[in-house]
Amino acid sequence: MAAVAALYPEFKALDVEVLSISTDSRFVHKIWQAEELSKMVDGGVPFPMLSDGGGRIGTAYGVYDDAAGVDIRGRFIIDPDFVVRAMEVLTPEVGRNPAELLRQVKAFQHVVKTGEVTPSGWEPGDITLTPGPDLVGKVWEVWKP
Amino acid sequence: MSKLKDGCVKPVVGPIMEETEGSSSASPGIIQEVIKMVAKVGKEAIDFEASAFIAGKGFKPVRLSDYKGKWIVICFYPGDFTYV
Repeated sequence: MAAVAALYPEFKALDVEVLSISTDSRFVHKIWQAEELSKMVDGGVPFPMLSDGGGRIGTAYGVYDDAAGVDIRGRFIIDPDFVVRAMEVLTPEVGRNPAELLRQVKAFQHVVKTGEVTPSGWEPGDITLTPGPDLVGKVWEVWKP
Repeated sequence: MSKLKDGCVKPVVGPIMEETEGSSSASPGIIQEVIKMVAKVGKEAIDFEASAFIAGKGFKPVRLSDYKGKWIVICFYPGDFTYV
């Protein structure tokens, strides 16, 4: 969570709203912010920290572990039309890579804006592809891994 | 910090879905029992409302659809004060 918070200025620059959510209460979120997060990241976590007590929201997103009673690590990218564009769900032992999250947001924003598609590992400035019959069988001419 | 009223225990809305025909829920549109729908890529996000802590603003309910029209990232995680 702190790692996402550390990149928050970049998410903000892309006009992305970040929400974090766990089964902890809002009270615990407040004290976690005061006791720990604010010491990891300057100013602490700047985005809303949501509470999913009971795991109903996590259930709706397929990330609630009812044996453990917690939401596992899952992140979702939602576009301005309110469509889920991407999801990544990890068992809790491995943390996220916020840089990859940021890369995907940039790629989806580019795709929505231009109608182009972005090849594997695309970063802004890299070549994009314009889908169509002419490109079939010819991708190798313009892009290689 | 705002002086919003708050209590120890407050009901929360949770996931929200379109009212389905034949639904006899006391609170229309709100799922009370079994949640059958699960988020999928390429499909509309499932709306919800949750209580939240917001730095500098205190406690405030947050509804996902309030952010409609913007890019949204939701990060679920197992718990505050854990290791990763």
